[in-house]
Amino acid sequence: MEMVLFVVLGAIAIIAALGVIVAGKAIYSALFLLVNFCSLAGLYLLLNAQFLAAAQVIVYAGAIVVLFLFATMLLGGGEEARGTSNVKRHTSRYLAIALAVVLFMEVGYVLVSGTLTGMQGSDTPEAVASMGNVQAIGKLLFTDYLLPFELAAILLLIGIVGAVVLAKKEPNTQYPISNTQG
Amino acid sequence: MIPSSYYLALSAIIFVIGVVGVLVRRNAIVILMCIEMMMGAAGLAFVTFSRYLNSLDGQVAVFLVMAVAAAEVAVGLGIIVSVFRHKQTTDVDEINLLKW
Repeated sequence: MEMVLFVVLGAIAIIAALGVIVAGKAIYSALFLLVNFCSLAGLYLLLNAQFLAAAQVIVYAGAIVVLFLFATMLLGGGEEARGTSNVKRHTSRYLAIALAVVLFMEVGYVLVSGTLTGMQGSDTPEAVASMGNVQAIGKLLFTDYLLPFELAAILLLIGIVGAVVLAKKEPNTQYPISNTQG
Repeated sequence: MIPSSYYLALSAIIFVIGVVGVLVRRNAIVILMCIEMMMGAAGLAFVTFSRYLNSLDGQVAVFLVMAVAAAEVAVGLGIIVSVFRHKQTTDVDEINLLKW
């Protein structure tokens, strides 16, 4: 049963990931990304990470994809120009795919064939289940990882301010600027 | 229990698809989406090792990465909107002012 769920969710995740890079319009890419994130949330559930599964759906699917959809609609998610006979672009594309295949073989070799080692922690599934996944993560977050947690809060504040500053329309400036210098 | 290597292989596949997307696509928004996809794949590897090592540290790391990803998307899309105002395009091949 677990295996069936893993195969189905994994297949959905891979197909959705391919859809993101194949889809012609950015809107479709964003929706494929949503499917990808949701299947990743399912995989998190299979890995006994219930809190992360919920956070994945809320943060990624709820906030980030919506932000992408907003930006796409704001900027016009038109179709990418295809079939331009730019030789340089085609060579770079084939080079990109070849390099990606090499990268995949490297990552796959290191991850799969190498023996996995490491110091075993004390959070066995039974220990986590006795207090609950959310409580266990919360305890860790407010003891060992308190500083990164607070830094993440500051980072989010900076992110909000930065986004407003970057996207704000400057006063006394006429947009769109006539683009003469190329 | 599903072997950890299966999850790691899936994570590697999704990560490489994201790399291909970043290298092949030209729409800046789609490139940002592919970067998010790569972060998701890395998160899957984190959680897999968290289960393998019986330690919740990996899950906390993924949680913090989520916060970073949210901030990154907000700023990244702000930059893209700002660039679009000046160049009327999100095509990364057209944004070549600093390219010699």
